[in-house]
Amino acid sequence: MSPAATLLIAIAIPAAAALLIPLAHRKPNLREAVTLVASLAMFGAVAALVPHVLAGARPATGAWHVLPGLELKLVLEPLGMLFALVASFLWIVNSLYSIGYMRGNHEPRQTSYYVCFAVALAATLGIAFSANLFTLFLFYELLTLSTYPLVVHKQSPEAIRAGRLYLMMLLGSSIILFLTGIIWVYLRTGTVDFRPGGIVSAAFSPGETGLLLALFAFGIGKAALMPIHRWLPAAMVAPTPVSALLHAVAVVKAGVFVVLKVIVYIFGVAHLSAIGAGDWLIYVAGVTVIIASIVALAQDNLKRRLAYSTVSQLSYVVLAAILLTPLSVVGAAMHIAAHAFGKITLFFAAGSIYTAAHKTEVSELDGIGWRMPWTMGAFAIGALSMIGVPPTAGFVSKWFMVSAAVETKQYFALAVIVLSTLLNAAYFMPIVYAAFFRRTPGEAHGPGHRHGEAPWPIVTALVVTALGTLALFLAPGLPLALARQLAGP
Amino acid sequence: MIVEHFPALQVVVPLLGATICAMVHNRRAAWLIALTVSLAMPVIAGGLLLRVLEQGTISYRLGSWEPPWGIEYRIDAANAFLLVLVSAIAAVIMPYARASLDREIAHQHQPRYYALFVLCLAGLLGMAATGDAFNVFVFLEISSLSSYVLIALGRDRRALMASYQYLVIGTVGATFYIIGVGFLYVMTGTLNIADLAERLPQVSSQRPVIVGLAFIAVGLCLKLALFPLHYWLPNAYAYAPSVTTAFLAATATKVAIYLLLRFFFTVFAQTFPFEEIILPVIWIALSAGAILYASTAAIFQDNVKRMLAYSSVAQIGYITLGIGIGTEAGLTAAIVHLFNHGVMKGALFLLVGGVAYYGGVATMKHIAGLGRRMPVTLAGIVIAGLSLVGVPGTVGFVSKWYLVLAALERGWWWLAVFVVATSLLALVYMGRIVEAALFRPPDEAGERHGEMPLSMLVPALLLVAACVYFGLDTELTADVAARAARGLLGIAR
Repeated sequence: MSPAATLLIAIAIPAAAALLIPLAHRKPNLREAVTLVASLAMFGAVAALVPHVLAGARPATGAWHVLPGLELKLVLEPLGMLFALVASFLWIVNSLYSIGYMRGNHEPRQTSYYVCFAVALAATLGIAFSANLFTLFLFYELLTLSTYPLVVHKQSPEAIRAGRLYLMMLLGSSIILFLTGIIWVYLRTGTVDFRPGGIVSAAFSPGETGLLLALFAFGIGKAALMPIHRWLPAAMVAPTPVSALLHAVAVVKAGVFVVLKVIVYIFGVAHLSAIGAGDWLIYVAGVTVIIASIVALAQDNLKRRLAYSTVSQLSYVVLAAILLTPLSVVGAAMHIAAHAFGKITLFFAAGSIYTAAHKTEVSELDGIGWRMPWTMGAFAIGALSMIGVPPTAGFVSKWFMVSAAVETKQYFALAVIVLSTLLNAAYFMPIVYAAFFRRTPGEAHGPGHRHGEAPWPIVTALVVTALGTLALFLAPGLPLALARQLAGP
Repeated sequence: MIVEHFPALQVVVPLLGATICAMVHNRRAAWLIALTVSLAMPVIAGGLLLRVLEQGTISYRLGSWEPPWGIEYRIDAANAFLLVLVSAIAAVIMPYARASLDREIAHQHQPRYYALFVLCLAGLLGMAATGDAFNVFVFLEISSLSSYVLIALGRDRRALMASYQYLVIGTVGATFYIIGVGFLYVMTGTLNIADLAERLPQVSSQRPVIVGLAFIAVGLCLKLALFPLHYWLPNAYAYAPSVTTAFLAATATKVAIYLLLRFFFTVFAQTFPFEEIILPVIWIALSAGAILYASTAAIFQDNVKRMLAYSSVAQIGYITLGIGIGTEAGLTAAIVHLFNHGVMKGALFLLVGGVAYYGGVATMKHIAGLGRRMPVTLAGIVIAGLSLVGVPGTVGFVSKWYLVLAALERGWWWLAVFVVATSLLALVYMGRIVEAALFRPPDEAGERHGEMPLSMLVPALLLVAACVYFGLDTELTADVAARAARGLLGIAR
């Protein structure tokens, strides 16, 4: 099996699953088995590609010519490898969690739920493997469209409104800004391929490069740079495994992945750094980090707090990327992985609390750590990762980012990182503290049914991701190797 | 041998077919005749296109009379492409028509309907194939008159009013056209299009020629429903039988646009500098007006067919925008969108016709809850709708791509942004349909039903598949359109 064929197979597996799942509509266990088998198979295919990439190979498929200058083509490079690994691994875990959550909460329309997940994962891998902006754009839009039904799953008026906002913001930003940028690149350079060192160098003046960067930065709405961020907290109306998918695995990671990829392979890190057209983005990303953290402080709804935390953390990646040094690029890539594991753990915990105790607000969580030790233990690990302290993954990426900020004398960025670390602590630590060190205020809060942990698939999933967060700190060899390859020979 | 006569057969076969249909009283027999003719048409058109791509422009003398006294059929890449579109759409729609018409028009009218459908087809094909300006008028009237009846046969009483409106406006348009041709004839003595192109620059006084151009332009703009001359279209499409709407939406306006291209670029281009006759400012302003006004109007419609009709007016605006840009890329965009829009709108009207099959009419009330009762239909509507928005992987993207490239090539970045931004309007009105289909509870009073009959579903899904296929493989559409554009501009040089 050639590596290039494996690329196609990796995308074909979830696509095939999407077709098979409706056939098993009447047999839920068989239907869920399809998802689990597909996720394991997809991870297997992706993992099989790792040795090739580590050895320096860049497997590529043939090109399907669509329009003059536009072709569909897949290629595997280190950043895409890292993203695909994270996404495919977390799909396995998320599928297990979904089973527990959807059944535990007796959610309707489960078949379409699993189908949309499969399509979204296929689109995610398509984004990870894309060889040029056209292929990427096609899968990017497919991702938006396939996750829309997941966002509106509940079909309540609030969900429908959120869905509209989601679609309009993401499709709007991508069609008006991102596509315009792609067409401009094509017009000036004659190509839209991703190439090491970038493709824009001679064709754009420094001012135009800055404008082009803005078109991409704000056009890639999934990266949630302010003000294109409102869709994220609105999407919290979706079932929690969807939020876990959106916030760790597919959508937002796709956003920052694309931003990083565009900076490295379209603009070129060295070129952008030399002409200084990226400086404004440091401020935009930095401001997003701080403001989102401040807003998170004010949220009582747990998922909304996590949503704003995500907006903030995503801009860490953008900030690191735009510092434009090899060290910062490594940090950005590492943070894609670190945040994925940390945030999915936090969302899993939120969903676990909802399923077992039917609680959604931070103020309701007093003493819950004793009833749900596994959940809150995992939550604590996830929180530590967000703050960026050892022994969690968040520390590794933050280390690189701080080093890069010091090295480039970008003191604004350094200040942002330091301040946001404190803010993260301010809105995460109180939750952990209250969960373990505050007494439950008796049965005064409603019927107060005695509850324990959530169903075992949920607990298993969140333990796995929490362990993953720790593992990334203790053994970061693989992601680090890939990130280093990305940062350049 | 027969292949030699394909240009004539393209028109003669449906004319004969229509006559036979008119003499038959059994509706199934009439349908069979119409089906046979419709299936034969793409074969002929395809043959013509292949020959043109290999050997260049075909010139066919009808009855072996030499032009400019005899009528010449002149087929180049532009009209061969159009012939393929029109005939293919008719071939796809005819199997659909059998079940759809059973519910939408009285059984005893059906043979008449099929005869007129085939006659309309003959008229449209004739308009596209011919190289003689007066012959164009003849076929224009043939297709128009038959389409007035095709609309009026709808069960809805408003169909009669819509048809009458269209009749009045359409006749005005055709009359303007023939007046314009008359002016040209008086000044040059010829009616042959290629001959006109040669003789017009040498004419002594330019004033009548300009007047002729003006009349022809306005006449054709009435037929192609360029804003603000689009008034007849929404009602005609909304109240006609589904088959009529799907057919006319995909073909009739496209043929009128082709004629506009033919006159501007082939006939008049030598006489007036290209920029002068296109009058880019007015043209682009009207196109932009069409896009904005019609897209917005579409958002507020309750009748889904009317919504799609306004959407058609907007999409025609995109086509004329491409013409207004006037470069090779602009014309390629316009010609490729002729095809792409025909496929998209054909698919949408066939699918919505399936909804009307059960409810009699297709309003938002009938769309409610569609996701549960007709999920395949809804999937088709979603895909065709995404194509309207211009999502990559669909034909709509191909058209938008060329259009934006054309605008940016001329340095009109604001126009490029306008084109992409207005795509979101399509998202809003298609989004309304999808939301109603997914989230609104179905109307319980209606008949319990599932998907539309297979004979209707398959053609509709075929067109939906075409929306995706031609969005990923553009060799047939975009390459041929580019060639057609070069041909049209090349003669201008």
